[in-house]
Amino acid sequence: MTTKKILTLSTALVGFAGMATAQMEATESPVAGMEMADEMTIVSWGGAYQESQLKAYVEPYLEMNPDVSVTWDESSAEAVAGLRAQTEANNLTWDLVDVTAADAMRLCDEGLAMEVDIDEVAAPAPDGTSATDDFTEDMLVSDCFIPQIAYSYTFGYRNDVAEWNGNTPSSICDVFDLEAFPGQRALERRPHNNMEWALLCDGVAMEDVYDTLETEEGQDRALAVLDRIKDQTVWWTAGADTPQLLADGEVVFGSTYNGRLFSAIVEQDQPIEMMWDTQSFDLDGWIIPAGLDEPTLNRVLDFLWFATDTQRLADQAAYISYGPARQSSAPLVGTHAELGVEMAPHMPTNPENAQGAFVQNYEWWADYRDELDAKFQAWLAQ
Amino acid sequence: MADLTAAEIADRSGPGFAIGITALAGALFGYIAGNTLGAGLIGTLVGAVLGAGFAWVAAGPLSGSRAGGRWAAIALCALLGLVFGGIGGAVGGAVIGAVLGWIAYWMVRTDYRKGLPPYATAGQVLWHNAFLFICGFIFFFLIAPIAVVIPLSFNAESFFTFTPEMLALDPEGYSLRHYRDFFTNADWQQAMWNSLKIAPVATLLAVGFGTLAAIGLSQSHIPFRQVIMAILISPMIVPLIISAAGMYFFYSRIGLQGTYWGIVLAHAALGIPFVIITVTATLVGFDRSLTRASANLGADPVTTFFKVQMPLILPGVISGGLFAFITSFDEVVVVLFVGSAGQKTLPWQMFIGLREQISPTILAVATILVTISILLLTTLELLRRRSERLRGMSPG
Repeated sequence: MTTKKILTLSTALVGFAGMATAQMEATESPVAGMEMADEMTIVSWGGAYQESQLKAYVEPYLEMNPDVSVTWDESSAEAVAGLRAQTEANNLTWDLVDVTAADAMRLCDEGLAMEVDIDEVAAPAPDGTSATDDFTEDMLVSDCFIPQIAYSYTFGYRNDVAEWNGNTPSSICDVFDLEAFPGQRALERRPHNNMEWALLCDGVAMEDVYDTLETEEGQDRALAVLDRIKDQTVWWTAGADTPQLLADGEVVFGSTYNGRLFSAIVEQDQPIEMMWDTQSFDLDGWIIPAGLDEPTLNRVLDFLWFATDTQRLADQAAYISYGPARQSSAPLVGTHAELGVEMAPHMPTNPENAQGAFVQNYEWWADYRDELDAKFQAWLAQ
Repeated sequence: MADLTAAEIADRSGPGFAIGITALAGALFGYIAGNTLGAGLIGTLVGAVLGAGFAWVAAGPLSGSRAGGRWAAIALCALLGLVFGGIGGAVGGAVIGAVLGWIAYWMVRTDYRKGLPPYATAGQVLWHNAFLFICGFIFFFLIAPIAVVIPLSFNAESFFTFTPEMLALDPEGYSLRHYRDFFTNADWQQAMWNSLKIAPVATLLAVGFGTLAAIGLSQSHIPFRQVIMAILISPMIVPLIISAAGMYFFYSRIGLQGTYWGIVLAHAALGIPFVIITVTATLVGFDRSLTRASANLGADPVTTFFKVQMPLILPGVISGGLFAFITSFDEVVVVLFVGSAGQKTLPWQMFIGLREQISPTILAVATILVTISILLLTTLELLRRRSERLRGMSPG
């Protein structure tokens, strides 16, 4: 999870400037012809992201299968707790769940998600490359995880702050510099990313961040950096918070998912700019809950085969600025579906943006999450 | 009459006191208005001068013409606002002018002594007005958040923000797009229908069971009355999240989780305590000899209930039902557990909207719900007054 990996990730997904070719037809899924349920409950994140899934592959899928109906449940934020409760109550109501890579790992470890062979559930690329090679190992972080997108946590800032004397932040360390860039910040109410960013600005090299964070001193060091801006920080919990706070002028500088900032800047035309430096990559994708009955599972597999193929993942990028998880999708990414702007420069995986990016270590967080969460919350309450 | 009052003031304290207080209020408003324009100190001074001026005019040249003086204050402040703050400033100025003008005459004519006997001491007068001020402040505290939501819902942008266009009252800054979104978006429409399908049925069940339980529990010969009452009221006392989690596991086991009737029953259980409490309260004033008289005249218990008891306890039943309806209509915690994704109610949809996508559509929905609540309560109150008038009681 170091420089090498970042390079492979960013080079794996380059080539957005490539021309969009004609729409490719979907291939028939391996479960075609088997008995399938007509109803499916899909769990996702709501908002613009769910909208992109709806437009790119759920609506087209329903057009091809008119007797199928889909119910959305915007509960991805509670995916782990929800699946635990449903399994405990022996009452599974979710059929397909959209989760982050870290949650997929936890669900897989607990046996709540079904282990899948990626070559059996996802179509090969149009040129015949197997799904495993197309997604690459960087994306396939768990045996239960079927990747969809790479997104990033990055910073947006207001471009009309008078106190900054015309300077604009360009480095992650400007977040912690109240002298050069005074004003309220917005950071996520979780240790993820915040601790890493803090250490990077305290002179720790990217490859040493997690080794440092494992030690008590390292954690205190990160919190000491965060202490500098603590009383100037608003802590957010929902991805929509930061764009709202920035638009309001309540904060001048804040982190959130890059797609939310894209929406505020390009679609809503707010006086906000993006700062890509040290953006932190994360993955999002599907898991299938363990214990589905046969017809439902077949329906889910049939849908997944379609929804994760090369063309569909590329289509999704026309609605939201998240990078498709397949290498073969990258050249097919074109322009925004409504505004017609070129999407490539807004992708976190665009080589220019990905320069100096940071890749979150999901495995590490899976191990240390509980401990650091407790420590971080205690620090917040001080 | 007006002259007489003015003369009285001159006798008592002279206009100095009134001028001072009005100037103070003017300074406060001027400070606020000045700050929005970026000059708090100048605003304070101008406000104080204006306030003092109004009080002096009210005591002297225009002491006989209250309406004229107040209109003059409104016009002057609106003009000042227009010069410095555009159309938005003019509206703000007019409001300030109206309030200052009112205060000036209120002070000059010693209306603050109204409602108090003439021998009240200065301390009593002060406390009386402080009390009124505190009451007004509490009302403001309760209403302000709702009052902020309503203009924001007409925002032309996708954020919870008063844009500069909105503050300048530019029509460009306002739009009905969030209302359009509510009425055209399938998710919101589905949520509204789900709420409308669940709440009335849950209310009917709650009213039926709650009324019967209250009548039963009001009989003196029922054993363990207090215990039964406590159990029936418990959904109101136990934290909702605990009821919700318990219902989730219980309903899952018996196959009710995620079904329409599951939510209806859960909401009925939450509504029953409200009905029991309101109906029990009206039963306290119910004369038992009426049912005996009815039985004596040959009516069976069911006829007695519907013809004699029910009409008398109806106000309690209706207000209990109203509470049960609002409980179901507003409820988000239990439905998140007990419902499935296909049964999203309005509060659930609002909760999702607030968490995942802060969209002013939520504010549009909130405005619609507030309007419905106001209409509903007004109708009920009018009906109540009408029935009391018909029965020859005075509306109390």
